[in-house]
Amino acid sequence: MIHKNKIHNSEQPSSFGGVGGGLVIIDYGAGNIKSIQFAFKRLGVDAVLSNNIDEIKAADKVIFPGVGEASSAMKMLQESGLDKVIPTLAQPVLGICLGMQLMCNSSEEGNTKGLGIFDVDVKKFSNAVKVPQMGWNVIYNLESELFAGIKEKEFMYLVHSFYAEECAESIATTDYEIEYASALKKGNFYGVQFHPEKSSKSGEQILKNFLNI
Amino acid sequence: MLLAVCYLRTAKSLEPKAIKMLTKRIVPCLDIKNGRTVKGVNFVNLIDAGDPVVLAKQYAELGADELVFLDIAATLENRGTTLDMVLKVAEQVNIPFTVGGGISSVEHVDALLKCGADKVSINSSAVKRPELVSELADKFGSQCVVVAIDAKQIDGEWFVHLAGGTIPTDIKLFDWAKEVEERGAGEILFTSMNHDGTKAGFANEALAHLSELLNIPIIASGGAGTIQHFADTFIDGKSDAALAASVFHFGEIPILELKQALKEQNIPVRL
Repeated sequence: MIHKNKIHNSEQPSSFGGVGGGLVIIDYGAGNIKSIQFAFKRLGVDAVLSNNIDEIKAADKVIFPGVGEASSAMKMLQESGLDKVIPTLAQPVLGICLGMQLMCNSSEEGNTKGLGIFDVDVKKFSNAVKVPQMGWNVIYNLESELFAGIKEKEFMYLVHSFYAEECAESIATTDYEIEYASALKKGNFYGVQFHPEKSSKSGEQILKNFLNI
Repeated sequence: MLLAVCYLRTAKSLEPKAIKMLTKRIVPCLDIKNGRTVKGVNFVNLIDAGDPVVLAKQYAELGADELVFLDIAATLENRGTTLDMVLKVAEQVNIPFTVGGGISSVEHVDALLKCGADKVSINSSAVKRPELVSELADKFGSQCVVVAIDAKQIDGEWFVHLAGGTIPTDIKLFDWAKEVEERGAGEILFTSMNHDGTKAGFANEALAHLSELLNIPIIASGGAGTIQHFADTFIDGKSDAALAASVFHFGEIPILELKQALKEQNIPVRL
């Protein structure tokens, strides 16, 4: 089903949603958040980078990014108190890559306890394949408004050594030696293992879909 | 390894199966000097072929899977110019890109990643101080650390060379590759100096050995001249990605045509 396009296409980027908090990218020191901000800018949306709890709570939509190592990223979340805040958010939240993994119960990376939003554990790929998985692979079994206009087996860019197992909350599957959950959803929480901000036009479509939720 | 069973070279008549696996990457490399692309680029009618942003966008449109920018005249003085270019590329290009050339410190990498580079590539500086690989992997994660290795085969043995291949060392390629993997490199970009510029094909024997020895992705570089060379390096060389410059810049091998040809040989590509 094609969702109504609510995005401004003006030359100048504008904060979407009018009154209120707009789009906030959680800036807690983990990862390449500039790329995500730029991707939204290409869609005509100004995203605010913030680690301010009030600003994050007031946002219309929240992006929870993350690149790097799980236990140190989790530590940074704890230091800023964001580990308590993120699971209580009521607006749509999109975790990307390590952000998605931290929203799960636990990760084998650094034996990390996660935020427990998604009821699934994060495991390491076996040595039967090259680790990290780096490059373009396909997503299928798509089951969410997040994938409106995205065809089955669409290519996405992935870089990761750990994966969330297939589970009831899986809304997309990818195959890298084993089939795993490359996207998750529970209520207002979404998570994607791939990088929509680096996945060409299809990735941009997914970011657009998130804005339209 | 596992992927190899899907490469049925003899099954050309069969329709390629729908891909459900990691694909092989095609990576154009752009040489940069003072924030501008240098080598002649002549593959489409561009308003400004010296503008890396224009070129990068064009390559993304044409189906490149990622890009490498190599700062061939990197100095401390022009670092700002390169950072500015990286920022502009990150703003406008929607596929991943790596920046290399003259990178020797954690601070420099921090600045490049903050400007939006997805990965950095280090070469001579890693040989001079191998701890740099570990430091970068620890601080930023292995996924963004590419170690580029230039090596030359002399009397059957591969030796690492520095400074764009101008300074020989007694370090053996496979020992060095193993060490950087153990130190946390996320990927290896291997350039064979024996093959670079020859357009006679990639160093597939050495590449295959690297792939068997290591468990991280290997990017093949040096020797691309024909479409079949790419097929050969993915099949015989077991490479995960193939990098080239002039065959793409001069339009000798259009990327779309290349990927279609690879698909016909049942090599998984993003199309």
